Amino acid sequence: MDERGNHIVGTKTYVFVWTALLCLTGLTILAAQMKMGKWSMVANIAIASAKASLVLWFFMHLRQEKRLFKLMIFVPLITISIMIGLTFFDIWYR
Amino acid sequence: MTETAHTEQRDYIGAKLGMWFFLFTEVLLFGGMFLVYSVYREVYTADFHEAGMEMNVVIGAVNTVILLTSSLTMALSISAIKKGAHKISVLLQAATVLLGIAFLVNKYFEWSDHIRHGFYPDSPQLLAMSHGKILFFGLYYVMTGIHALHVLIGVSIITFILVLTLRGTVTSNDYIKLENAGLFWHLVDVIWIYLFPLFYLIL
Amino acid sequence: METSFYNAPTRYPGLFGWIFTTDHKRIGLLYLISTLSFFAVGVTLGLTMRLELIRSGMHFYGAQTYNSLFTLHGVIMIFLFIIPGIPASLGNFIMPLQIGARDVAFPKINILSWWLFMSGAACAVASLFTGGGAPDTGWTFYVPYSVRTGTNISLAVFGVFLIGMSSTLTGMNFLTTIHRLRAPGMTWRRMTLFTWSIYATSWIQLLATPVIAITLLLLILERFFGVGFFDPAKGGDPILFEHMFWIYSHPAVYIMILPAMGAVTDIIPVFSRKNIFGYTAIAASSLAIAFVGYLVWGHHMFTSGMSDTSRIIFSFLTFLVAVPSGVKIFSWIASMYKGSIRVDTPLLFTLGFIFLFSIGGLTGLIQGALSTNLHVHGTYFIVGHFHYVIFGGAVMGFFAGLHYWFPKMFGRMYEEHLAKLGWVFLFIGFNMLYFSMFVLGWEGMPRRYYDYLPKFNTPNLVSTIGSWILAMGLIIMFYNLIHSLSAGEKSGDNPWGAASLEWQTASPPPVENFETIPVVTKGPYTYS
Repeated sequence: MDERGNHIVGTKTYVFVWTALLCLTGLTILAAQMKMGKWSMVANIAIASAKASLVLWFFMHLRQEKRLFKLMIFVPLITISIMIGLTFFDIWYR
Repeated sequence: MTETAHTEQRDYIGAKLGMWFFLFTEVLLFGGMFLVYSVYREVYTADFHEAGMEMNVVIGAVNTVILLTSSLTMALSISAIKKGAHKISVLLQAATVLLGIAFLVNKYFEWSDHIRHGFYPDSPQLLAMSHGKILFFGLYYVMTGIHALHVLIGVSIITFILVLTLRGTVTSNDYIKLENAGLFWHLVDVIWIYLFPLFYLIL
Repeated sequence: METSFYNAPTRYPGLFGWIFTTDHKRIGLLYLISTLSFFAVGVTLGLTMRLELIRSGMHFYGAQTYNSLFTLHGVIMIFLFIIPGIPASLGNFIMPLQIGARDVAFPKINILSWWLFMSGAACAVASLFTGGGAPDTGWTFYVPYSVRTGTNISLAVFGVFLIGMSSTLTGMNFLTTIHRLRAPGMTWRRMTLFTWSIYATSWIQLLATPVIAITLLLLILERFFGVGFFDPAKGGDPILFEHMFWIYSHPAVYIMILPAMGAVTDIIPVFSRKNIFGYTAIAASSLAIAFVGYLVWGHHMFTSGMSDTSRIIFSFLTFLVAVPSGVKIFSWIASMYKGSIRVDTPLLFTLGFIFLFSIGGLTGLIQGALSTNLHVHGTYFIVGHFHYVIFGGAVMGFFAGLHYWFPKMFGRMYEEHLAKLGWVFLFIGFNMLYFSMFVLGWEGMPRRYYDYLPKFNTPNLVSTIGSWILAMGLIIMFYNLIHSLSAGEKSGDNPWGAASLEWQTASPPPVENFETIPVVTKGPYTYS
């Protein structure tokens, strides 16, 4: 138990996450070789987001934080989405 | 709960909360750059694909593996100190630092190579190319450059924390500094997780 | 006062005890002194501009100087005065007291913020005397001119970058403070609405400022390395610069106004002896304004060449943001209704604020509508609008808070009649100076021009005379406050009989704020 009473994350868990990250890296490289046109960007971002989520959830201990904390992560993400989204209403329709 | 215990617990959570808030600002800082990237990729899709062929997937992939592994060693170093294994924590922190330096060394060679081939902002060779290619390389240098700066900052911070751990300032009872350094380092990793496909995997 | 924080032993003696302090009260005062000093400089620049514009064809100096003057006026007023403004000064001093904390969450980062602020200001000032001299692009630094001009853009913009870092760190500090350091019993719903406004503002400071940071960084890189993001010759898009600039700078105006609204919301119950009406609605509206404020930046760019689709969308979203502001105004009026009203100076400034901000807000609607925007963009109508909301709104709210919390910070009272006299000059001068601009703008006078057609003479004359009356009001007001620092009557701990927590400790407070941290059992506006 650590200071907060949380279970100390074990080496096995971390190594497992790391392995998953490496696999996903391999997957994204493979996906890039395939001809998917527009969807290749979508696939790449999706895989990158999966990797980022693993890092956030396990390495950054988001898993052990309170619910409000977990929800707060979405605030900067939503902000960026708004920034890019509203700008694209200009870019797409000029 | 006594006031002191409440305050001590507040300090730990408060320090971590403050660090997360700071990470939000870094997300927005890079977010602005991702905005520029997404705009120009949309406008110059074909040019970006062409420019992407100039990138070295191998170096990019190696650097990705380096950073992912450094996140592993960093996370393990925190678990180690929580368990009281100070020496192991120090070794793992040192490993993280070395991996970070390896990343920077790779970046140095990669950039040197590109510059030698004439691909740098305002170079006559670049200016002769299509607009999309000029912007792609501009984005490449700015985004990986500012990211590399953060890697350097992270390496410096972790080295500092390593010294504190050796000195006994960071211990199994008080490791928030190490944990916060870890949070910063993981964010640097997350940003690269997105930079990698956006620059190296447009094929 | 033997126990006040002024007399507490400091780590370093004398002036260094201030510059190296970690006490939020001292830091608040450091910001107060520095921001008000920059305000004085900004006012002087404004008066100098108005002098040039006193009559068509009359020139005290040339166009280049005029361009630098309005650039500096904007940069100083916005980045060195009103954005740090209330949060850094009153927020720092008062907010921890209002939540029953001993200090902010990160006192050392707090003083670092002030050092960053002063360093940034130093860079901005240095840019006047180095390189190509004072920037002449306007405070908006639009490309391509900001890339091509020989004036010292890079240093000035780097100064703003440092000030941005200061603002971001303060936001982070205040958010952590409010989340973690509230006194026992101080639930979210027992916080003052001033603290709520600081909370909402801190989110904006946290999330919006990094965008201006990267935008300005890219501008500097453009000037030094020709990266090309905003250069059409390299495929770049100048309108993208405007997007990125306003993605920060629109939310920034809510950094300016929310704390002023918060101060005013704290003042009204005290001087009406009545509980605030619509506590939850006001708190929620602060958060709503902070959120919707991110959705409307395009309304600064209706004539820039961006797509029709986006113009329609931004215009629609712009009308939305008026709603939570309206909620506040109606709540304030309802709070005063059937109250026992005492029009002391803080309330006088508050009433002035409500009136002037409403005018500014309504003219904002005219600007938010696409068709009318095309008519008024780039004219004095806009200049009138933003001075009504920023000066008539945020700054008057700041003055209201300054008078309200003056006894708290200094243990003394200012002279009431002199304060009211100052207000009269301010109010008359303000409306002469800025209402004329609505007339001028509607008639077609462009902004950022050092001269104009003779047909615009009369309103310009009225405006310039108004600036002198306004300046007189500022002199009277600041003379009163500064003189009262030493000569004012001792105020006692709670001269207003206010119910919120900051008034339940000594004025000025001891260095540890409260002898014992209070346990809170009721809301901040309970008056029988």
